[in-house]
Amino acid sequence: MAVLELTNISKHFGAIQAVNDVSFSIGAGQVVGLMGDNGAGKSTLVKMIAGNFRPSHGTMQLDGAELIMHRPIEARQHGIEIVHQDLALCNNLTAAANVFLGRELRRGVGPLRVLDYKAMYRRAGEIFRELKSETRPRDLVRQMSGGQRQAVAIARTMLSEAKIVLMDEPTAAISVRQVAEVLNLIRHLRDRGIAVVLISHRMPDVFDVADRVIVMRRGRKVADKQIGASSPEEVTGLITGAIEQV
Amino acid sequence: MAITLDQTIGQKQQSWLAKILGSQTFWVLIAVILACIFLSFATDSFATTKNLYNITRNVTFVAIIALGMTLVIITGGIDLSVGSVLCLCSMVLAVVMHAGYSIEVGIVASIGTALLIGAFNGILIAYLGFPPFVVTLGMLSIARSLAMVASNNTVVFEFGPDHDKLLALGGGAWFFGIANPVLYMIVLALITGFVLRWTRFGRYVFAIGGNEHAATLTGVPVKRIKVAVYMVSALSAGIAGIIQTGWLGAVTTNIGAGMELQVIAAAVIGGANLAGGAGTAFGALIGAALIEVIRNSLGLLGINAFWQGTFIGGAIVFAVLFDRIRNFRQSE
Repeated sequence: MAVLELTNISKHFGAIQAVNDVSFSIGAGQVVGLMGDNGAGKSTLVKMIAGNFRPSHGTMQLDGAELIMHRPIEARQHGIEIVHQDLALCNNLTAAANVFLGRELRRGVGPLRVLDYKAMYRRAGEIFRELKSETRPRDLVRQMSGGQRQAVAIARTMLSEAKIVLMDEPTAAISVRQVAEVLNLIRHLRDRGIAVVLISHRMPDVFDVADRVIVMRRGRKVADKQIGASSPEEVTGLITGAIEQV
Repeated sequence: MAITLDQTIGQKQQSWLAKILGSQTFWVLIAVILACIFLSFATDSFATTKNLYNITRNVTFVAIIALGMTLVIITGGIDLSVGSVLCLCSMVLAVVMHAGYSIEVGIVASIGTALLIGAFNGILIAYLGFPPFVVTLGMLSIARSLAMVASNNTVVFEFGPDHDKLLALGGGAWFFGIANPVLYMIVLALITGFVLRWTRFGRYVFAIGGNEHAATLTGVPVKRIKVAVYMVSALSAGIAGIIQTGWLGAVTTNIGAGMELQVIAAAVIGGANLAGGAGTAFGALIGAALIEVIRNSLGLLGINAFWQGTFIGGAIVFAVLFDRIRNFRQSE
């Protein structure tokens, strides 16, 4: 059964048609690569799933129930987690503090509740262990490598039982070795049964980790294929418009 | 033996000793202590009960406001209005009590004024996107002018039926001979330190200073926290104003003039980073103490008072130098 199902989704800003009649569905534990040139509409599409925009037309369904969000924060309540392109990390805080930012664990009663450092360090440590990432919960994010920073951002998505994780260009600004690390993190999410939407410009990454690739051009979905049935050449052709549609 | 993943994750990065040695506050504290030791030997008048009583009491007004200012600075903001807010709050207290109301009414009116000004600053900054520098610079002018309006620019030195209570509040020393303002300062510093370290509010203050955009994306109520922070800053100025009124026994419309710069200097010397994201309550006290010790010592050593500004300015630059050196080392 599909975790997320988009039906005839469109979004226009005034006269500009950013997304035009897009439908697709994603199952649990599926990794979908979302590709397209700048301005193809993939950002707008993802922002609708993340609750930043409401679609002009069409419906979104999560686990069979219609999904309507008014504020981005509601996405999290529905089990939709986003790893932002800039990772949204505070350099001056520890890894654990960043993982729990906005949903800190506290102990005590009533108004006398204090931050539960111990529990947050422990839980963050467990998540890093599960991600097989050498990231220390007590370290400041300022001193971390690109791969560790990604791990911190991805660890956030594992605090609650996420159903879908949206990742915006997670491999755009890091070294080759760290890319492998991040792709492994994505596989870990998949193995937990989480659906992953991976927005990327990097063809090798998508072909390495994704099960399916969706290509967008000028607001329309022009391809939706199993990775095995496509090729980087074909996807490049679809992105640029050399191949009209498949 | 191979190091396992568990060991790596469980490892602490720095020992507490390395952490202390790396903090600017620690080195400023050392400087204060060394200066005190030096002055005790170099002069006869430094280590006397009377002089120490004076120093500790003089520190308090700047230190109390520096606590509030530290919160603002941690979020990456600045509050230039505190000197004027102190003046206005003192004047509201004085005028209300002079009119025959009790000290309780006076304090409520004064604190209310402070919170109102803080909320005004905060809302303009957080919700309307004004630069903090501009809003609080405007308030610096407005608050002092309102103090003049409220008092018709006169000196108020009669505080109605509760006159003696007010003087005892600010001028007394009911606990082991420690001046009351010092007690208030210690209590407020402990509260501030607790809030910064142990509450979600404190965590959010640091998060906003570190990366405001990230804080917004992760669901931190950034705007509300910012308004609260400017209210706390104005509140600290109001509290300092009430205490100072009781201590001085008179209010003029020029008290607190230029104080914002001393307060900012104290916070910065104590380790608050004007770029946001760093600062401590203890640092604010230490910074205020260093400024006061410098001022006091120049007088005792018989150095012309005109040099004060040079020494305090030097201390600001020197304290931040440590931070820069540490950053250079890290970036290498």
